[in-house]
Amino acid sequence: MTHHDIVIIGGGPAGLSAAAAARKAGIQDILILERDGVLGGILNQCIHNGFGLHTFKEELTGPEYASRYIAMVEEEKIPYKLNTIVVDINKQREVTYINKEEGLVTIQAGAVILAMGCRERPRGALNTPGYRPAGIYSAGTAQRLMNIEGYCVGKEVVILGSGDIGLIMARRMTLEGAKVKVVAELMPYSGGLKRNIVQCLDDYGIPLKLSHTIINIEGKDRLTGITLAEVDSNRNPIPGTEEHYSCDTLLLSVGLIPENELSKGAGVSMNRITSGPNVDDCLETEVEGIYACGNVLHVHDLVDFVSQEAALAGENAAAYVKDGKEKEKAHRVALAAENGVRYTVPQVLNVDTMKDTVTVRFRVADVYKDRYIAIYYDDKLISRKKKKVLAPGEMEQVVLKKSSFADYPEIKQIKICTEVE
Amino acid sequence: MSGLQYDVTIIGGGVTGAAVARELSRYQLKTCLVEKTEDVCSGTSKANSAIVHAGYDAAEGSMKAKMNVEGNRMMGELSKDLDFPFRRNGSLVLCFAEEDRPALQALYERGVANGVPDLKIISGDEVRAMEPNVTDEVVAALFAPTGGIVCPFNLNIALAENACDNGVEFKFLTEVTDITRIEGGYKLAVKGKEDITTRFVVNAAGVYADVFHNMVSEDKIEIVPRKGDYCLLDQEAGKHVDKTIFQLPGKYGKGVLVAPTIHGNLLIGPTATDIEEKEGTYTTAKELAEVTEKSARGVKNIPYRQVITSFSGLRAHEAHDEFIIGEAAEGFYDAAGIESPGLSSAPAIGVYLAEMIAGKAQAAKKENFIATRKGIPHVSAMSREERAALIKERPDYGTIVCRCENVSEGEIVDSIRRTLGARSLDGIKRRVRQGMGRCQAGFCTPRTMEILSREAGIPMEEICKNQPGSEMITGEA
Repeated sequence: MTHHDIVIIGGGPAGLSAAAAARKAGIQDILILERDGVLGGILNQCIHNGFGLHTFKEELTGPEYASRYIAMVEEEKIPYKLNTIVVDINKQREVTYINKEEGLVTIQAGAVILAMGCRERPRGALNTPGYRPAGIYSAGTAQRLMNIEGYCVGKEVVILGSGDIGLIMARRMTLEGAKVKVVAELMPYSGGLKRNIVQCLDDYGIPLKLSHTIINIEGKDRLTGITLAEVDSNRNPIPGTEEHYSCDTLLLSVGLIPENELSKGAGVSMNRITSGPNVDDCLETEVEGIYACGNVLHVHDLVDFVSQEAALAGENAAAYVKDGKEKEKAHRVALAAENGVRYTVPQVLNVDTMKDTVTVRFRVADVYKDRYIAIYYDDKLISRKKKKVLAPGEMEQVVLKKSSFADYPEIKQIKICTEVE
Repeated sequence: MSGLQYDVTIIGGGVTGAAVARELSRYQLKTCLVEKTEDVCSGTSKANSAIVHAGYDAAEGSMKAKMNVEGNRMMGELSKDLDFPFRRNGSLVLCFAEEDRPALQALYERGVANGVPDLKIISGDEVRAMEPNVTDEVVAALFAPTGGIVCPFNLNIALAENACDNGVEFKFLTEVTDITRIEGGYKLAVKGKEDITTRFVVNAAGVYADVFHNMVSEDKIEIVPRKGDYCLLDQEAGKHVDKTIFQLPGKYGKGVLVAPTIHGNLLIGPTATDIEEKEGTYTTAKELAEVTEKSARGVKNIPYRQVITSFSGLRAHEAHDEFIIGEAAEGFYDAAGIESPGLSSAPAIGVYLAEMIAGKAQAAKKENFIATRKGIPHVSAMSREERAALIKERPDYGTIVCRCENVSEGEIVDSIRRTLGARSLDGIKRRVRQGMGRCQAGFCTPRTMEILSREAGIPMEEICKNQPGSEMITGEA
């Protein structure tokens, strides 16, 4: 069996950044396995701008952002295989992939970095009643057909869900001459970034209807229309609020799901909220030598943070390979997400071995105004920071300093929560 | 042949029509099958419980009972001959109350009378030992080891392909609008196409069977579309039960089934709502809620969050609850009212009608009948060695297009190139399961459209989900 020091599953933004960082940390023998025909992942179809403000201090399109990382990988001559899909990973870090040229191959990895990204929630998962005609696309599928393949998917459009891809596609389809009639969102707040609501809906006069959902889909062959209704606080449609829209296209932007079939196969423990693996501050999963980063770990809003996170996974995987074993992780402290904080990544902090600072990312459960984000070490309040607005659609972060734990040698739990006053 | 184009024309490419076609293709008869959509398996046959019933449900002596028991008996060998997925997982009919025990006993006795082998009434605890997720409410059950699950698509497709290999002509996008008696047979008027003349007609038109029957017979029938909504759950939930779990109709009304599918998903449903519209394959919120609610009575902890799709199918219900199979007018044969257990019965109905027609036509059997058919290789289910060898021979089996169901480009290409190859996305999906997984074709749709366009020479703008009118894109960007 061929051996590679680090095998990276996925050549999108997370995989590329992890590879570059691992090489920088001195690992020569890296292999990236990418299922598509090109590197860059989903960025290739994100032809709008707004990428890279944090990383490169300039505004790039998705393909431009990807090309910077692809260039690093090419310059560093990091090997990669395209059109290669991984079908199995096990606890012993044996990775089985399949492609045209080699068939089915199993390789041994010193460390594995999971960077498979996420997929879109389909219509079926919503159980929306009605017919099942053509013309219903997840927003990302429509984006691919339009931006990569060069086809229009429809002329009169309704969008369900206000996730970022849906918002971006509202603008994109409008620019292609389609009429986007409405964006409906089940929740009382948008799931997307504020800037996308302004730039993609408001600027084009596209209405956003919060607390609305689709209660019927019409059309035997191609979609002919939908019925929209307002929902109550239990998300049940309110009789009498039905509105009919004729349309030939329905785009769904109703959530992204980390793609963790391989992770589960490897026996990695999963987090119920993120649908990604549980990781520690090294971004190591509970299976030794298997790391996770990017949207397979938890769904991000900004690729810049994916790149940062993935670089950390790359560095830590490199350190693991160089040491030949796991660091002694004697003092593992659980991070608890409470009172309006839905989850944290990482979920565990190794106080002994942590870097000087560790960034903890999280999302809140609802839209909150003038709330504090508080950090407790066991019962002791460590910090409290006021935020004007907190929203589920915007990822938040706090930074924990290693030095701050000096006075808490027996700490058992770090709690991150929101507080009203 | 007295100037008529065909000896036999079958209306309808569902499982019944395909089974009749396959059995007729054993004889020296010129047969054609007309189907109004673009593919076989496009109506009731594609949206049902995918169950091969044991045969205890229908009344003793009924056609339903006879055909079901015989169809069930035939299914094992047929699945080997024609290479489609089938498994005898066994079925249980749950009894929830002591007062319903007589009804359970009656079901057992009916099954025995119908000739269903190995039936047994077992206790609630025995049920739960067999199926740990069955609820504590259950006091007893009828166990039928011969009950099975089948891939309804590939059963239908395999029958059709084999019929085609044996000379049956298939005409798609061919909608019969009128039938008139002519000298020695019938003339079928076809929408937008030339008439078809034929000596015999087989009416296997599903929910439309009454329309055709009533064109030639004074003895009118009515087929009511009885709609059933279903939810399909992710393969992660597929082992929640192993057997097909029915509920005994009783004081809680008629229940729904919970069953694994042959491909490892979990299926729950159906409802039963009589509607007027023969194309009314829509789901409703009310019925989907009913599916959830009723399924929970017999099976606990069903992970409803893992629903990946919901769908609706129309059973061709006839007022007398009986299959109408036989000669309705001179040379016009019905296979009407084929609702449940229609899928289970199809092989037997095929034999029954083919023998009847061949007898009337005094047709001899062919000497060169091809009895077997080989399906598309299911690459991800193969052993490592087999798979490696196959990819060496055909590298496109090494490119995975549908990542959820692990379907390779080679399989998709096969589904298009082979006998009666797919011409629509749904056609590909039914043949090789591309897009049937948890992402519901989100990732693989664009790639599959390209492959279909390339292999079938269909411009991208004309690629359809199913029949014309269901185009996927509206033009170039």
